[in-house]
This record gives sequence, structure tokens and C-alpha cells, in this order.
Amino acid sequence: MASLNVRAALLSISFLILALGLWEMSTQPPEADQNLTEYEMLMGGVEQESRVPPPSAVIKLAWEELSNPFYDAGANDKGIGIQLGYSVYRVLTGYLAAMAIALPVGFLIGMSPLMYKALNPYIQVLRPISPLAWMPLALFIIQDSDASAIFVIFICSIWPMLLNTAFGVANVRQDWINVARTHELGHFRTALTVILPAAAPTILTGMRISIGIAWLVIVAAEMLVGGTGIGYYVWNEWNNLDLASVIFSILMIGVVGMLLDLALGKAQKLVEYTE
Amino acid sequence: MSKSFLEVDGLSKVYPDGEGGLLTVYEDIKFSLEKGEFVCIIGHSGCGKSTILNVLAGLDEATSGNIVMNGKEVVGPSLDRGVVFQNYSLLPWKTTLNNIVFAVQARWPTWSKEKVREHSERYLKMVGLDHALQRKPSQLSGGMRQRVSIARAFATQPELLLLDEPFGALDALTRGVIQDELVKIWEETRQTVFMITHDVDEAILLSDRIFLMSNGPNARIAESVKVDLPHPRARSTIFQNPNYHKTRDYLVDYLINRSESALPGPDGTPRVVEPAKGADGSEGGTNDSNSTAKAVNA
Repeated sequence: MASLNVRAALLSISFLILALGLWEMSTQPPEADQNLTEYEMLMGGVEQESRVPPPSAVIKLAWEELSNPFYDAGANDKGIGIQLGYSVYRVLTGYLAAMAIALPVGFLIGMSPLMYKALNPYIQVLRPISPLAWMPLALFIIQDSDASAIFVIFICSIWPMLLNTAFGVANVRQDWINVARTHELGHFRTALTVILPAAAPTILTGMRISIGIAWLVIVAAEMLVGGTGIGYYVWNEWNNLDLASVIFSILMIGVVGMLLDLALGKAQKLVEYTE
Repeated sequence: MSKSFLEVDGLSKVYPDGEGGLLTVYEDIKFSLEKGEFVCIIGHSGCGKSTILNVLAGLDEATSGNIVMNGKEVVGPSLDRGVVFQNYSLLPWKTTLNNIVFAVQARWPTWSKEKVREHSERYLKMVGLDHALQRKPSQLSGGMRQRVSIARAFATQPELLLLDEPFGALDALTRGVIQDELVKIWEETRQTVFMITHDVDEAILLSDRIFLMSNGPNARIAESVKVDLPHPRARSTIFQNPNYHKTRDYLVDYLINRSESALPGPDGTPRVVEPAKGADGSEGGTNDSNSTAKAVNA
């Protein structure tokens, strides 16, 4: 009996082949039963109905795109690598800015019940706002579409980090705090050597949720602000009626999102501990 | 009054009882410890032993009374008073060695890395854990964790070591082994130790004196029982000494028959009892603790 991993891989691949096969078959244009008229030849066949491209077309396109991902042939014709690069750059900038605010503020809220009570109402009101709702205000105030997109990432990734940091810090076991106290650690050393490592797994969970949300939001934000980025690329190819490109970029969004999540997952492993 | 190493005077703890009233857990606790003494405190649950220990550690505050150690009032936690908690309280993200290094660095911030490490390893060796330096607490058994915790407390060489039922969560066999180790490490270091326990045999094996508390609320430290057994002691031979049985009988009788209403001497200090010198605890089974033979004031 092969190992579970091998069996799972075999099953996975069969599902893929099955799905691609069904997709391929369902998107074949009907055979012409007689010679094409001149008009039909001009229009590309008997079929007047537009169809989703078959997987073979998408794979062919993916191969072309991925073999030259960084070409730049003008504003509306850039390689997939460049478009994804713009999106990742925006996500990371907004995300890091959110981290710089959320971690210290989360620490403060977690350590001080007074600050928690004082700031909690604002957090509860601001948190459920769809990040895209900020876009008009951001565009008006910042007057720069690129920075506005980054701001939207910032605002959407700040909440899970902030709340998880506060929660993790507030719930550090009293025993460990007592260890710090009996060893005469100051507030700063206690925060750094006891509270931070104790709360790190919870904080990293918040950071992982945030990066997921940020990647979801960037696609929508770029569809709005336009210019560059994977979100703009999807919308642009839709306007071009190039559905193979749309499907291909959807897949790429999934792949990059998975890689971002994997990276945070690895970081999470590093700070995990068992009691 | 002669100045002892540690003087505790008039300590009491009052909590709101949840029905608008007040509950005095213990009151007018008065005792002193000498340098190098090993003292255990025994009492039924609810008499506030742990709170007394936490107040000594500086982790909790008494409602009234004061504690003076080495001529200085005890306020807040300090490295001069090391604590071993019942639930070990090791930092789970640090290895065994780094848990000790953490404490040693806090104690002597100016020491070099090598010196800190060498010092930490020496204390881990004392508890027989030099083979598990790089393991995390989660990879250790309960007994091993408590050993690390004991090594951590001894490694900082506090002036007073506070042990809060350190073996309470361990099975009987492990408990015996670590008791022996604690005896050994104490013989080597002669730390001043104040320890809470529920176990009469453990108290006799380890202590020079045993404080007996009356039941709460309004608990007091009623008696201070001298354990007249030669050092070094060993679990395997201690029961051969007749003083062991006299002391044990006295303690058990107190806990079963007299803890309800026992009172300290008229000046508030615990009555000094020496069961080995013919004080027969079983006669004191009446409610009047004054009738206890040889009960004299400190």
C-alpha cells in the first residue's frame, strides 16, 4: 500500500484531469455539418455564441505568459510578473505600515485595560467598514491613486493584527508575568522577553489573517484605481474580451495568495510553542 | 526582640466575601526565620498558606502587617526572594538551559555569556538534568519540569527561597526522588527556605521547623514544631530514628484533632513545641492548646 501522501497526490491529479477533461469537452464548438459560407468563414465559424475558452487555450496562454513574465510593451501590455509585482508591492507596503501601527497599539491595549476600554468603541465601529468604502475619501485626501490603494490595504489589514495582538497580550498567563516580576524585570524587558514570545503565536495568527484579507482587497482596489496591478489586469483583459487571460490571471491570484499565506505559516511555525 | 533574618509581624489578609461583608483569611501572623533555616508550613486548605507565601514573594499585598528581611521592609517582588511555583511556571518557548540562563542573567546582568552558561549548567547538573539542556519544557515530564524550576530558583541564590507546594502535582514515586534531590541541593547550598506543603512526611524530611496553622477563616500560625533529626537526612533511613515517629505523631494529631481551635502564644508568636524531647502531642487532643506539654513561648 502506497503512503497516504502518494495516494492523495494520485487522487488529486485524477480530479484535475477529470475536471479539465469535462471543461475541455463542454467548450468545444459544434462541428459544422456543411461547408462554411463566406460570411461564416469571416466570422470564425458557424458558432455565433461566445464561449469560455477551453483549458488547452488557457494552458497555451499561461505557457506564453510565464515564459516571458516581465516584458513591458506599454501601458496596457505588461507581463504578468510585472502586474503581480505591482500588487505584491502595494500589499506589502500597506501591510507593513499596518504592522507598524497595529503591533504597538495592540500591545498598549492588551496591557492596559483603561486603553482597551477607551479605544474599543472606535475599533468596533471602524472594523466592519468595507475597506473599499474608504477609497473615495482616500483619493480625495491623498490625491494619488497608487497611494490610495496602499491606504486601503493598510486600513483592511490593521484590524486583525490589532485585535489579535491585544488579545494575545492580555491573555498571557499570570504565572509567566509573575516569573518576570520575581526576576525584577522592568516593564520594557518584561514586554520584550516574556509577553512578546508568549503572545507571538496569537499575533502571527492575526498577521496571517491580515495578509489574506489584504490580498483579497488589492484585486478589487486595483480594479477601481486602474493603471497597474493584477486587479487592473483582470479587468483590462475582460474589457478586451480575452477570457483566456482572465482565467489565467485568476489562477495566478490564487497562486500568489497561497504563497503569501505559506510564508506567514512558516513564520508562525517559528514562534509556536507547546505548554 | 532580637533581630532575626526575617521578621513577619501582624500580617493579615481580608477579602470581600462576595455578600457585602468581609472575610479575614488569616490574621496577626507573626513569626521569624533565621538564616539557613528550612521551614515548612502546614495547614488545612483555606487557611491562606499560599497567600502568605505570595505576600512574602511580593506578588500579593497583605491587608495589614509588615515583613522585614535583613532589616529592610519587604515591598514588591525581588530577586532576593526566589519562588518555586506549584505549576513550575517555566517559559515554554525557552529550552531547559535558557530558562535558567534567563534567571541568571536577570540576577547578574554584568556576567559574561560563558559565565552565565557555566553557572546555569552547574545548577541543572545538581538536579540531574544536564542531559536535557536543549529540550523544551513540553518535552519534559512533570517531575523534570519541577526540577528545572527548582534549579532556576537555586541558581539565582536568593536570600530567601519560597516553595509553594512544589511537589503537589507529582506522583508519589517522582515526588520521593525529587525530595531526595531537594535534600541534597539544600545540604550543598544551605539556602533559607520557606515551603508550603500538605505532606507531613515531606515536612519532617526537609525542615528544621514546621509551622502549624489553625483552620481558616481567621487562621493563625499556632505552633512551631522543632524537628530534631540530624542532617544530612535521607528518605531511606529517616524513619529509623525514634524522633521521626514522635514528630510525625504530634503533627498528625494536631492536623486531625486540634487545628480547628489551636491558638498561638499570648504574645502572638507560635508556641514552640519539641516533640522529640518528650512532648507528647497525643495528650493535647483537647481543645485547649495550652494543655499541650512543653508548649512554651518563643
